[in-house]
Amino acid sequence: MSEHLLEVKDLKVSFDTYAGEVKAVRGVSFYLDGGETLAIVGESGCGKSVTIQTVMRLNPEPPARIVGGSILYKGEELTSKTDKEMRSYRGKEFSMIFQDAMTSLNPVVRIGKQMCEAIRIHEKVSHEEAKRRAIEMLGKVGLSNPETVYRRYPHTMSGGQRQRVMIAMALCCHPSILMADEPTTALDVTTQAQILELMQDIQRETGCGIILITHNLGVVARMAERVAVMYAGQIVEKGKLSDIFYHPKHPYTWGLLGSMPDMQERSDSRLTAIPGSPPDLFAPPKGCGFAARCPYCMEICLQSDPEESPVGEGHTARCWLLNPYAAACRPVPPVGRDKQLVTPEVAGYLERKGVTQDGQ
Amino acid sequence: MANKLTGQPPLIQVEHLKKYFQVGRGRVLHAVDDVTFSIPKGTTLGLVGESGCGKTTVGRTLVGLYKPDGGKILFNGEDITGVKGKQKRALNRRMQMVYQDPYASLNPFFTVGEIITEGLEIHGIGENKKERMEIAYDLLQKVGLHREHANRFPHEFSGGQRQRVGLARSLAVNPEFIVCDEAISALDVSVQAQIVNMLVDFQESMGLTYLFIAHDLSMVRYISDQTAVMYLGQVVEIGDIHEIYEHPAHPYTQGLLHAVPVADPDYEQARKGERIMLGEVASPINPAPGCRFCSRCPRATEACKHETPQLRYVGGTHQVACHNL
Ligand SMILES: Nc1ncnc2c1ncn2[C@@H]1O[C@H](COP(=O)(O)OP(=O)(O)OP(=O)(O)O)[C@@H](O)[C@H]1O
Ligand SMILES: Nc1ncnc2c1ncn2[C@@H]1O[C@H](COP(=O)(O)OP(=O)(O)OP(=O)(O)O)[C@@H](O)[C@H]1O
Ligand code: SF4
Ligand SMILES: [Mg+2]
Ligand SMILES: [Mg+2]
Repeated sequence: MSEHLLEVKDLKVSFDTYAGEVKAVRGVSFYLDGGETLAIVGESGCGKSVTIQTVMRLNPEPPARIVGGSILYKGEELTSKTDKEMRSYRGKEFSMIFQDAMTSLNPVVRIGKQMCEAIRIHEKVSHEEAKRRAIEMLGKVGLSNPETVYRRYPHTMSGGQRQRVMIAMALCCHPSILMADEPTTALDVTTQAQILELMQDIQRETGCGIILITHNLGVVARMAERVAVMYAGQIVEKGKLSDIFYHPKHPYTWGLLGSMPDMQERSDSRLTAIPGSPPDLFAPPKGCGFAARCPYCMEICLQSDPEESPVGEGHTARCWLLNPYAAACRPVPPVGRDKQLVTPEVAGYLERKGVTQDGQ
Repeated sequence: MANKLTGQPPLIQVEHLKKYFQVGRGRVLHAVDDVTFSIPKGTTLGLVGESGCGKTTVGRTLVGLYKPDGGKILFNGEDITGVKGKQKRALNRRMQMVYQDPYASLNPFFTVGEIITEGLEIHGIGENKKERMEIAYDLLQKVGLHREHANRFPHEFSGGQRQRVGLARSLAVNPEFIVCDEAISALDVSVQAQIVNMLVDFQESMGLTYLFIAHDLSMVRYISDQTAVMYLGQVVEIGDIHEIYEHPAHPYTQGLLHAVPVADPDYEQARKGERIMLGEVASPINPAPGCRFCSRCPRATEACKHETPQLRYVGGTHQVACHNL
């Protein structure tokens, strides 16, 4: 039934710790097609990494536990696969690149050897063939002298070079999905621009789907076709790139967009930090996860969790304000704060982007 | 902003600072090569430049983690270049560093509470354990964590949460000067905004002085009063922050600012396919004479290959090192 390359439905993941159950992912649904890029953004600790690591089943289980939901890859259910079965997917069907290349590269093994091993785990090819492919890949990711790089140790290379090596390694078995967890966060802007361009080139060439986790909204604007905004273990809003940037519907998305400093303009005013911090996932609130920080919080928001409502083609948000009866709800001040409905910065942002506050 | 810079005596003055690393077989890595700047009290200098250009080395040399190979560092007008022993320990409290890598800098066997109170204990702050714990709770809340987090271990936190713990630890000992080395890079924007607002508040209320090292040029613009752009161990452009962002003069600064992705899909769509700055930073080992940016520079001429350009004033506090302006 699934016509998407990857379809995640109502995924719930918890960690069993001594202190109790951490509900890290609380019902997440999204899909990915070949050749497109989905960006996942959201507050630190909201479950972005856990979500994609669960798709690859990289989280040790226990403490991690898939509580519910399904992960369909090319129509096949992955949640019931054993670790051994998953091994043939990792690296071959899905590859992952991390923020810090050193977490996936072994510092004391030469780059060539690591790449050849990765290739030969999945494919029965001779050592010579694996070497040829590794060197070809190193050249493809823009490293000069791939033969020399092949013999080097990861720690002798710069951060940008290591990131290229990691991308080369992630790609050497031609995966259909590339998951990138903050791939450029540790890099300077010029290297970032080069790596992003590299990822786009590779996608054009191989048609792979990319899931990109980043907190840099500039990177999102440059790379993504669709965006999922996560908050406290849930996707609170998702839609096309332009939906999210120009017609955002969720108060958290508004806050997120308003908290960026503007590179092009001088500003001495304070940034719109969203006050407070995300809820503790040991005991997630029974209402909307964002209620405690939301300037629009209504009574119902504290009582019950809003459903996902469609607000446009492929654009959904989870917010009580979208309920047709919302106007009938009495707004209460957000817990522990007296705040005007919209901060001037958010209002300014919405105005600049031509968004009216009632969400037209 | 300009008044803020001129009205204050410098807290940090760096003169012709050099830090070289011997990397074997007579090769010398010029990590920091003749860097001069000063940071007035209560202001922020943003230090930007590509990976490996020497930003962290400048920061580490300033707080005394590296011994400079040349030049002077003045703290409050006093030469602290070679201080040792008791004097150095006193300085260690007054100058703090918040690190790039939270994994490496937090002891995995300590709870967060212990990590924060450790520094308090070393510097004799707080009467007893209970009082120090109270300070720690307070700091956790200030950096946007929960009191309950004090009993957890670093590995139980997400990357961003861990970075806040590092910040709380540095603030604990009441420093005057803080080197923020990529301290907020791993955080998402709304939390960055919180921490940056917090840094600004602390600066206003406690008169803190910052050296702010970051890759995020928009955040650097927001928080800094001046900025210094480094390339291969040298400062190529320095001056008032807005002047540099609005009128970058060095081809490197121009390329750097151009590479920043802008959070506006239409803008990004419109400039798809535009050329980005190519190449990588050359090796800092035994660098050749001439401009170090020469090999990547679209404006390079014959003179650039032989003669090292010196910083020259181009108006106000704005200085640039380039032959072809
Ligand atoms: N091994 C673990 N044990 C207990 N809790 C965990 C573990 N790993 C993650 N968590 C919790 O799960 C939640 C989601 O973490 P995750 O790493 O996915 O966040 P994230 O969105 O990737 O954040 P960041 O942007 O900071 O990387 C966090 O609250 C975190 O504390
Ligand atoms: N202890 C050391 N021994 C030898 N070389 C070093 C040492 N520390 C730094 N270097 C070198 O000095 C140069 C400057 O490094 P530094 O860490 O200061 O750069 P950076 O600007 O902070 O880069 P990044 O943005 O990646 O953090 C680099 O070439 C680095 O390899
Ligand atoms: S000195 Fe020459 S090479 Fe260096 S930046 Fe200026 S023009 Fe380019
Ligand atoms: Mg993460
Ligand atoms: Mg550094």
